[in-house]
Amino acid sequence: MSSLSEHHYKNCPEYKKMMDAIGYTPAKKYDCTELPFLPVRLFKMMDLYSVEKGEIVKTMTSSGTTGQLGSRIFLDRETSSNQTKALTKIVSSFIGKQRVPMIIIDSPEVLKNRNLLSARGVGILGFSIFGSKRIFALNELMELNIDLIEDFIDKNKNERIFLFGFTFMIWQHFYKELVKKGIKLDLSNSVLIHGGGWKKLANESVSPEEFKNKLNEVCGITSVHDYYGMVEQTGSIYMECECGHLHTPVFSDVIIRRAKDFSIADIGEKGIIQVLSVLPHSYPGHSLLTEDEGTLLGEDNCPCGRIGKYFEIIGRLKNAEIRGCSDVYAERY
Amino acid sequence: MQKDISDVEFLFPIQLDIDNFLNLTPFEPFSENAIEFLNDLSVELNKDVDSRKYGEIAAFAFFCRKANIFSFKKKYLNNQTIRLGRGIVFHIAPSNVAVNFAYSLICGLLSGNLNIVRVPSKEFEQVSVICSAIYRLSLNKKHKFISERLLLVRYDRQSSATAFFSSVCDVRIIWGGDSTIEQIRKSIIPPRSFDVTFADRYSLCVINADVFINETSPEKIALAFYNDTYLFDQNACSSPHLVIWLGSDINVEKSQEIFWTNLYDVVKVKYNIQPVTAVDKLTSFFNQAVKLEKASKVDMPDNSLWRVQLKHLPQNIDDYRCSGGYFSEYHAESLTELSKIINRKYQTLAYYGIEKSELILFVKEVALTGIDRIVPIGRTSDFSLTWDGFDLISTLSRICEIL
Repeated sequence: MSSLSEHHYKNCPEYKKMMDAIGYTPAKKYDCTELPFLPVRLFKMMDLYSVEKGEIVKTMTSSGTTGQLGSRIFLDRETSSNQTKALTKIVSSFIGKQRVPMIIIDSPEVLKNRNLLSARGVGILGFSIFGSKRIFALNELMELNIDLIEDFIDKNKNERIFLFGFTFMIWQHFYKELVKKGIKLDLSNSVLIHGGGWKKLANESVSPEEFKNKLNEVCGITSVHDYYGMVEQTGSIYMECECGHLHTPVFSDVIIRRAKDFSIADIGEKGIIQVLSVLPHSYPGHSLLTEDEGTLLGEDNCPCGRIGKYFEIIGRLKNAEIRGCSDVYAERY
Repeated sequence: MQKDISDVEFLFPIQLDIDNFLNLTPFEPFSENAIEFLNDLSVELNKDVDSRKYGEIAAFAFFCRKANIFSFKKKYLNNQTIRLGRGIVFHIAPSNVAVNFAYSLICGLLSGNLNIVRVPSKEFEQVSVICSAIYRLSLNKKHKFISERLLLVRYDRQSSATAFFSSVCDVRIIWGGDSTIEQIRKSIIPPRSFDVTFADRYSLCVINADVFINETSPEKIALAFYNDTYLFDQNACSSPHLVIWLGSDINVEKSQEIFWTNLYDVVKVKYNIQPVTAVDKLTSFFNQAVKLEKASKVDMPDNSLWRVQLKHLPQNIDDYRCSGGYFSEYHAESLTELSKIINRKYQTLAYYGIEKSELILFVKEVALTGIDRIVPIGRTSDFSLTWDGFDLISTLSRICEIL
């Protein structure tokens, strides 16, 4: 990890300036816990990359909140291919090593512009490699294509089907539609992987347990796994195990930091999530401070049997009730 | 304009005849009625047990005292000019400061106007305390004249009330910053009416280290500076973001050590940093490090106080700000060096150890485009009837010339 920092220091002029300003020494070997971290928001404020511009083969974007720019992440061939390899390794532990029939619970519209992919597009494209054949469950108007789905399930009834989508989309356009139409599907042998966060569902007071239970009611599915990941570290995602815990894959590490001084929080203590990944080579995203709050639950002792750190996400850092007369709260003037 | 105010919550009065209200007359500035009303409001608030809980209400009550208002009155009654309130002043208070609406109201009252005040949409207890004190005063016949010229309202931004109140006002006062102003200005005001706007501003502090080095109570100065900044999460328009040091190298170096250590001691006890603010500070710093040459972080015990030392003073330093205790600092040759950074956005300069005569020269020769207030450290948020360069009494009243 320390040599990755050194690589970015040498090849990304902006990163060098940042590191110089905090007194980083490139020659020194840093332990993972001492490695400097960049706040993810910086990728929204400036273009950061550590390779020649000509080597960049793909640019990914994350959705910005209203009125703000999204992140721009620059990938060269090597980083992009490592992301795919890492994702394959992580996900195969949940759906097996073979490619399987895949239902994408989204609309094909999100993949329209392949050069400039949104976070949803990145996720779908990344996970698509696990599909032997694929269908999109929603049309361009985000309407559920029931006939297509039923036909697909029927044709593949002897196989395990892999479903993928974004948590809120699944709830809004899949679960609710099935309930509304009074349709039950048989997906009892399927695996669902979903991500994107709980913010919108929390607003509707839907808990992860309820999400699983309700889905089970409409389609009999039992294997439902959330994942935590971000465009800024595509590939090295954190999967939810059978015990409902997020696990750190071998490519990554998670450190929970105290807001007060960025010191390392104890197990069970709430803090800001720092994510480390060995994959980012073309941009300085190997050590990032997220804007999410979480708790480390333990290491090597999750009842699911997987080794490594496991943790839970509490949610986005709250936009503090900041006092003062300037525009922070302009949206509710 | 349709009088669609059905979704407006009236905090005062409880029952309103809007047509009657709109037909009432303005009056002379510093009228006996208004001064008596404010003085009794001061007494009423001081009696109220609830208000003791809130320092800002006590400060407001103190401001309303007759003696204080008289001291302002004296400044305005120095000639024979006849002035009258302009009519109806529509105040839009900022959403995140509890008592600002009340100060805005004072200006409207003392200048002789009818007032429609939109209080923050967020329900602050301080707002209820002041509103119920006003209600109790209104029960006294003596205050009928003023209280019937008062309207305190609360409503969501979706409401069409802003459009209606805008259409009937003579002056509209908009607090809350640039984007609020932009939003509110979409509602049209009558041809002869105008806006007084309090936009986003930038403030700084100048400390003369040659004087500070001999300060016997640096902890008091640190507390005063804390009140200028952290008290409002360094997010009030008057909160300094930049600290300019003057004096010899050795004195500056020593003074910095004393000043920041003392400030940290206050912050440690009084301030609780929000996680998102810690991330904001780190983000702001890296952004600053990339875009400005030679900006370096000074090691501090924790995230509640960030110092960024500048080796040179960039013209756009006001772009690099962050709330919650984040300061850029620079050792300047003299006040003249500030001429390259000061622009229209600059509002308050807090000072320590500088002669008034020097400050006057500074305003006339250096601060030609910006800076509306120069106050000793600790007094940046003191309210005055002159704010952001506006003499509010004069602005909110009209002159009738008799030849």
